[in-house]
Amino acid sequence: MTNPAGTHPAGANPSGIGASIRRREDQRFLTGRGTYTDDINRPHQVHAFILRSPYAHARIGGFDLTAARAAPGVVAIFTGADLVADKVGSLPCGWQIHSKDGSPMIEPPHPPLVTDRVRHVGDQVALVLAETKAQARDAAELIVVDYQELPAVTGTRDALAPGAPLVHDQAASNLCFDWHLGDPAAVDAAFARAHHVTRIDLINNRLIANAMEPRAAIGEYDRATDDYTLWTTSQNPHVIRLLMGGFVLGIPEHKLRVIAPDVGGGFGSKIFHYAEEALVTWAARKIHRPVKWTADRSESFMSDAHGRDHVTHAELALDANGKFLGLRVNTIANMGAYLSTFAPSVPTYLYATLLAGQYATPAIYAEVRAVFTHTVPVDAYRGAGRPEACYVIERLVENAARELGIDRAELRRRNFIPPSAMPYATPVALEYDCGLFHRDLDEALTLIDYAGFPARKADSARRGKLRGIGFANYIEACGIAPSNIAGALGARAGLYESAEVRFHPTGSVTVFTGSHSHGQGHETTFSQLVSDRFGIPIDKIEIVHGDTSKVPFGMGTYGSRSLAVGGSAIAKAMDKIVAKGRKIAAHMLEAAETDIEFNAGRFSVAGTDRALGIADIALSAYVPHNYPLDELEPGLDEQSFYDPKNFTFPNGCQICELEIDPDTGVTKILAFVAADDFGKVINPMIVEGQVHGGIAQGIGQALMENCVYDSQSGQLLTGSYMDYCMPRADDLPSFQVAYHEEAPCTHNPLGVKGCGEAGTIGGSAAVMNAVVDALADRGITHLDMPATPERVWRALRDAMPAQAAE
Amino acid sequence: MPTVTITVNGNTVSRAVEGRTLLVHFLREQLGLTGTHVGCDTSQCGACVVLVDGRSIKSCTMLAAQADGREVTTIEGLAAADGTLHPMQAAFRQHHGLQYGFCTPGMVMSAVELARTTPHLTEQAVRDGLEGNICRCTGYHNIVKAILAGAEAMQVEPVAQAAE
Repeated sequence: MTNPAGTHPAGANPSGIGASIRRREDQRFLTGRGTYTDDINRPHQVHAFILRSPYAHARIGGFDLTAARAAPGVVAIFTGADLVADKVGSLPCGWQIHSKDGSPMIEPPHPPLVTDRVRHVGDQVALVLAETKAQARDAAELIVVDYQELPAVTGTRDALAPGAPLVHDQAASNLCFDWHLGDPAAVDAAFARAHHVTRIDLINNRLIANAMEPRAAIGEYDRATDDYTLWTTSQNPHVIRLLMGGFVLGIPEHKLRVIAPDVGGGFGSKIFHYAEEALVTWAARKIHRPVKWTADRSESFMSDAHGRDHVTHAELALDANGKFLGLRVNTIANMGAYLSTFAPSVPTYLYATLLAGQYATPAIYAEVRAVFTHTVPVDAYRGAGRPEACYVIERLVENAARELGIDRAELRRRNFIPPSAMPYATPVALEYDCGLFHRDLDEALTLIDYAGFPARKADSARRGKLRGIGFANYIEACGIAPSNIAGALGARAGLYESAEVRFHPTGSVTVFTGSHSHGQGHETTFSQLVSDRFGIPIDKIEIVHGDTSKVPFGMGTYGSRSLAVGGSAIAKAMDKIVAKGRKIAAHMLEAAETDIEFNAGRFSVAGTDRALGIADIALSAYVPHNYPLDELEPGLDEQSFYDPKNFTFPNGCQICELEIDPDTGVTKILAFVAADDFGKVINPMIVEGQVHGGIAQGIGQALMENCVYDSQSGQLLTGSYMDYCMPRADDLPSFQVAYHEEAPCTHNPLGVKGCGEAGTIGGSAAVMNAVVDALADRGITHLDMPATPERVWRALRDAMPAQAAE
Repeated sequence: MPTVTITVNGNTVSRAVEGRTLLVHFLREQLGLTGTHVGCDTSQCGACVVLVDGRSIKSCTMLAAQADGREVTTIEGLAAADGTLHPMQAAFRQHHGLQYGFCTPGMVMSAVELARTTPHLTEQAVRDGLEGNICRCTGYHNIVKAILAGAEAMQVEPVAQAAE
């Protein structure tokens, strides 16, 4: 059943699981008292400005820094040669892919400051430190760089063309890797016996994450203790400590503290270790003063990792009844100029593994070639690989339905993996644990009133408008795990999460989590887990995150993993608290440990009215006068590192209904519904908010957002909000979202699946299916994103002669 | 450097500023009022909206010198002295109109003026009125709900309105 925001089961803990309590973090954000990195200023700090390449590709003959060094306020100017002299390392890549032939991917160095060659507009050329940001910027303008411009390639397909300019000499044809997954022979056999084959060529357009807080970093060095501190806009401070400390600057963990305070959104773009973090930390030691850098939005556009950017040909084989027999996918993925932290995993294990979608397609084969281009590195952006997979599948399914004359809902039903087949091993390396795909579809059909669509379409037609409806039945894999499997697939890190639950003597609780909240509301949701388990009010619970000196360890927040992995770690640590509490209670209540029951914060002796609250147990643990000291240590403070047994598989059905004005090409979304399965839901209000935001980004990709490079000069043409079209309030409708909790995750202690990316994963496919549906009567079967008014209008115009000739 | 005198959240302050100093940088860097955010450099995002003499304005579009002699209200000055949230702030909290909170100060300040200047707000009027504010988190769904509710609350709480 749908559980609307604002309700929770009667009689339950009002701040427990399932309650839409209002967010604890909101008070500070609403009163301007959040602490984002740029809000922090350190005594005696200097300001950094990074001189960036204006060229997509150029050789650097040399620098003249004379005038810049003499400019007012300048403290120091560094170039790549200074980093080389200090043996500063390359920015590392955290995932290694092997090509079909077994060879490792080409992994060129990625220096924090270039030495002799720039490879994209925005590449870091020099670091200027001055007393004020304005002085640093003024001085940077006086730096003379001897650039010899070279030919550049920015297009994904163009990168592989014979004679294309090479981004790295060691990567012939700009190929980073040529990878595959699945069984090509089985797929060939499936196509050989197909009744019908649906084919599509599509582009998954390049996007820019555009978290509203620009990236920022402050480095500080303490000469007395040899300790470094980095404040940074990161989704995962421990990962930055590991990558920067271990691979770039050679600072061991115990000498490097990384703090990610309030972070103004990430959407993936703040997962990665960026050059600026290493530069401010390194420079702080060079000049013995704190160094602060904050990106201008223009810098964000040309230095934050971009997302998506696939070119794909795909084919779906069906039998005479519309059953899917086989799927063949060939994708070229743009990596940009360098390999960002997790870039190689995105178009491979986060993409091709999801190509089964919700369907029992028996044979799937995917080939992915990753290419270097003279563009900003591409890495995970909300959904990361999974929206690209959903887009391929759902566009194919929608076209197949149209070609075969089968209703789009019916074709999906015929091919769903039934609940009885769960757990289901896909032909692309995943094992889905559960999912009720028919149920999601049925609920979405009800919400959109699918039966009434033909009448609504006719009404639009009477008004001269083209009405369309489009579906996206998505499934995603969240909480990449377990670590040993991820390692076998190329991950160079573990993918667990840590938690420490510390009961204080007077009954309040501090939770230290390795997850990082940058909008997801962990301070609220995680508190609800604790309140629910221990029966204590929310205001006695503190959630601490984002500081490597406080939290034991952490892999951070991305891939909708926080609750499924980080929340499960908290649950495991709470299990240990309860287990220890049971021993203490048995001693205090003079009962056998096996007779002690624990429920909502009370330890009781079974069958009696003798009981103690968990606060009494906590006090006893810290004041152990009546305590089993012979067998138990004092204290009530437990840690857990939770490594999941499998991915979680959130899934659902999104349907978009829209209207196109054929005279102007303007698309107006009339309704957007989502029926989701996130497993168990802790805070419905927060979950619904995550879905809304995700859908908005999916609609953004489909209708307006597009990162564009000039193919000749390699210039970034969409370098500001004047050119990169962000969805605004008047571009979007209100959404109808629903979820059910009938298929909880089977393998984590909370039964949760994750909800952060769902809206984005299905959103763009649902919108584009609706756009194509609206245009289908005019003979249009495909349009690439974004479906801007201009593109729609041109497509209609180009289709007109054919229509006239009929 | 010229000196400006500006009344910010009821306190009159005088500071020497460079001619090129924008109001947003004056607020953040000279007064430490970091609730007003900078989200872009082309006056598109609206994270820096404050009230100047009661009118909402992007504080990145105004030099500090231009604010000389005027009254500025930032997000820090919106709640009552005892911490009670302004009805619009309370509505954002009640309706989950914020996630990571970076656009929020500008959204709230824009919303306050929108509510004050537009009688009988409709959903479409709110959406149109937010043309100058970008949010990347919420899809605007809950922001729109919050502003409609906040506007209604401002109508029934004239005291709070008058106090601004």
